[in-house]
Amino acid sequence: MNLQDTGSQCACGCQSGFDFTELDLFIEKVKDMPGNLIVILQQAQNIFGYLPREVIAYISKKTGNTQAKIYGVATFYTQFRLQPIGKNLIMLCQGTACHVSGSQEIESVICNELHIADGDTTEDGLFTLNNVACLGCCSLAPVMMIQNASGEETYGNLTKEKVLDILNQIREKEAKEA
Amino acid sequence: MKIIVGQGSCGIASGAKKTESKFKQHIEGNHLNADVTIAGCIGSCYLEPIADVIDDNGVHTRYVHLTSDKVERVVREHLLGGKPVEEYLIPESGRLFLEKQTRIALKNCGAINPENINDYIAAGGYQALKKALFEMDGDQICREIEKSGLRGRGGGGFPTGKKWVQVKSQKEPVKYIVCNGDEGDPGAFMDRSVMEGDPHKMLEGMIIAGIATGAQTGYIYVRAEYPLAVHRLQVAIAQAEEAGYLGENILGSSFNFSIRINLGAGAFVCGEGSALTASIEGNRGMPRVKPPRTVEQGLFGKPTVLNNVETFAHVSYIILNGAEGYRKIGIEKSPGTKAFALTGNVNNTGLIEVPMGTTLRTVIFEIGGGVRNGKSFKAVQIGGPSGGCLTEKHLDMSLDFDSLTKAGAMIGSGGLVVMDEDTCMVGIAKFFMNFTEHESCGKCVPCREGTHVMNEILDDIVNGRGSIDQIDMLLDLADTITNTALCGLGKTAASPVVSTIREFKSEYEAHVIDKYCPTGSCQGLKRIVIDAAQCKGCSKCQTVCPVNAISGERKKPYLINLATCIKCKRCIDSCPFKAIVEN
Repeated sequence: MNLQDTGSQCACGCQSGFDFTELDLFIEKVKDMPGNLIVILQQAQNIFGYLPREVIAYISKKTGNTQAKIYGVATFYTQFRLQPIGKNLIMLCQGTACHVSGSQEIESVICNELHIADGDTTEDGLFTLNNVACLGCCSLAPVMMIQNASGEETYGNLTKEKVLDILNQIREKEAKEA
Repeated sequence: MKIIVGQGSCGIASGAKKTESKFKQHIEGNHLNADVTIAGCIGSCYLEPIADVIDDNGVHTRYVHLTSDKVERVVREHLLGGKPVEEYLIPESGRLFLEKQTRIALKNCGAINPENINDYIAAGGYQALKKALFEMDGDQICREIEKSGLRGRGGGGFPTGKKWVQVKSQKEPVKYIVCNGDEGDPGAFMDRSVMEGDPHKMLEGMIIAGIATGAQTGYIYVRAEYPLAVHRLQVAIAQAEEAGYLGENILGSSFNFSIRINLGAGAFVCGEGSALTASIEGNRGMPRVKPPRTVEQGLFGKPTVLNNVETFAHVSYIILNGAEGYRKIGIEKSPGTKAFALTGNVNNTGLIEVPMGTTLRTVIFEIGGGVRNGKSFKAVQIGGPSGGCLTEKHLDMSLDFDSLTKAGAMIGSGGLVVMDEDTCMVGIAKFFMNFTEHESCGKCVPCREGTHVMNEILDDIVNGRGSIDQIDMLLDLADTITNTALCGLGKTAASPVVSTIREFKSEYEAHVIDKYCPTGSCQGLKRIVIDAAQCKGCSKCQTVCPVNAISGERKKPYLINLATCIKCKRCIDSCPFKAIVEN
């Protein structure tokens, strides 16, 4: 979400092009909580979709944590992203149960269909594929969860056909909305 | 009349929300007097969506695989006509799946509405808290838990009572109770199920731990991958606060206790105690050298009780039934029950809870209904990436902490992944090593470098570049890592490799000596060959081969150069005579 997209200005006058109003409110709310850095980063990612450099610099200024420390934390956990993602985040489970039930084949179906590899985003910005450790729906393996603006949905007992079907449905829905 | 639609993550993924709204729609349309409510996961995930109908006489009917398209018939024939729809009823095997279990931690899962505290109270909830608060003091509670022999259900099996006593005895006035809900073991989901299906039971356990040790603040560390669990916990905490079970002056006593939720950000190592507390403190989740241990200096440097979800879910039962009552279940050294997530190539997948000491055979063949698709049983991986594999000869072994450790596996958090004859054990070892290498935090060299090298060797083996001495090298490295790594993740990282080499050495040898995968599942070892008897020498395959690996003379059988072949299989698709095969 940059300046060109939203036309909004940063409230603090730092000219970075990001609107920090919502994040400011949140930081204010948790400022006395010990160990609040991860919580703030999680909220920032919710607001901006990822953690841009400018946002990390801003959080550093607001919280007094060095940027080095923030980068250290942000790069340690798989949840945090330093690059923007597509509108639909496909989280493909690679847990044990999914592995023995054929999640690798599902991965290659998705990769071939979308022409991306794990961690990549499609050119049209519709999909990002992330392999994740267990989603905890092992009895429905292989499983994937798709997260988008309307929430997250879990799909189980995946087959090649089912995956293609799901991807096409999302494409159709997005095309209609566009 | 009451209708309960099971809505754990598994139920919802199978369409339970649609089933629920269909019920509501038809009930409204027919002006029926029936409540539609939700429950957590009953454990028979393979039968989802599951719905229970309880009629006005209290008769209980359970429907399985009840997708929304079947609801109309149930409403018409059962709710209106008074006759259950036989076709959709739970099958005999499904009933056995539940009847063979003994449930403590999962008792209410699937039976009560997790988003309604009154359901929990009606099921006897918060009685243990009252007893602990008004009839017992901290010492008595600690002693009862100690006497019960409860051991941590998260993997290590450390005696819970001992931990509580140690925290209680610390002079520092500020103490913490931390609940580990960072269930990162791929293939385990019992904690998720408790948090989604019966969150109050876990909260009650934490509050009692607070009374026992003198702590006033509790933290729940939950994986961000479990959004539904987080939501249900938030609802449960708010309701418990409202009802006076949490907050200041609990139930009019002088005891204060509050609980907050921290979301994990996706790091397997955060299941380790000191890494978990580092993460709550807002730092990189890296384990530290111990001592001092968590009971002395845990969260924010204060004495901390750290137990996992399932352990806390056992506490109220012990307080209500006494240590003696608890010890009646399970075996001497491992009392009580243990939940297992039964998955993989088994007929009835889901979550089960059985007394400690139950045999693997009972779990897999009686409760689990045997191996899927009539295939034969090969092995079961227990304890995830820290555990090991057990084979046919272990089937009559008792499932408890000590027997499993002796067999070179560990109970871990209780994931049981059943594997059939088609599963390549080298591939499984590679899968776990890949996982551990990826999840290694990088702090200590043995784990960071060791898992990387082991993974490289395994990669060589599954791709046909392995040699026989590499098997010994794997064992050597395993030994070094196990003895020198800093934390539990590193110390157990090599277990899957060691146990698969021990049980299936011939399979490793086939990979390195014959360059052959006995189950045919290692892509890298597959060979594509032309059957000379079938080949008519049409040259079609040669034209499509992207790496020019096929040569020959027209009208004569062609040949594939295996060294150049990249196994893209285009030639197979192109051959009009089906002369090219993969073996």
